Amino acid sequence: MSDEIQVIKVFDLKGLACPMPVVKVSKGIKEVEVGQVIEAQTTDPGSLSDFPAWAKTSGNEIVKTEQEDKLIKFYIKRLV
Amino acid sequence: MDMQNVEIQLEELKSSIEAINKKTAENKLAMIVFSGDMDKVLASFIIATGAVAMGMDVVMFFTFWGTPVLRDKKNNVGGKDVMGKMFGTMLPKGTSDVKLSKMNMGGMGTRMMKSLMKKKNVASLEEMIALAEELGVRIYVCEMSMDLMGFKRDEFIDYNGLDFAGVATFLQEAQNSKVQLFI
Repeated sequence: MSDEIQVIKVFDLKGLACPMPVVKVSKGIKEVEVGQVIEAQTTDPGSLSDFPAWAKTSGNEIVKTEQEDKLIKFYIKRLV
Repeated sequence: MDMQNVEIQLEELKSSIEAINKKTAENKLAMIVFSGDMDKVLASFIIATGAVAMGMDVVMFFTFWGTPVLRDKKNNVGGKDVMGKMFGTMLPKGTSDVKLSKMNMGGMGTRMMKSLMKKKNVASLEEMIALAEELGVRIYVCEMSMDLMGFKRDEFIDYNGLDFAGVATFLQEAQNSKVQLFI
């Protein structure tokens, strides 16, 4: 069994402050097909609550969240 | 006879669904920007662009002290009366003139905040307005405020989706918006 997530596109949102990470990811997710997964990298601590809020509202799914020091990685599946 | 009844009921059902649809709020944010303070206008644009990211339709209504923020520094217009000229000079001409609501300290605080924002990678007010335009945020400027302060339409920034309107327009937008804010 493999739980490897196949990332189609990586979005580097490091260093960006609110509201940019969410604005950029909402644009970025439209660049891939429904069902595909993107990776969004941020350093904005607020995105830990903002990304799930955005995903829930926009109808997309965060399949995994990783954190290493200040770097946060979201794996987001486009559902709509 | 029965068939006719069904048809009548169907029509009734259709019209009541239409009525419900009219009452249902759209996924829209209607915001009044009354303040002309740099921090509050910045917050307004952060919320506006964030709302677009959340999939919302956004409309902003600039009134009173919010109005001069959208003036373009480069656009000079003539034909103003004495009061109009006075207001035109005393009120901020565009984003570069707006000050913090607190800790302005004769402009020093605002300058410090701007450099801090740059350092922390927080978008400037000018960048936020450009982003809002790109994202399709609609802006209405209050005609009454303009008239009161003697502003002309030609004084305003070049923004795709900027229009001039009154309170009824705002209320029409607000009535079917899920979220309404006054800043």
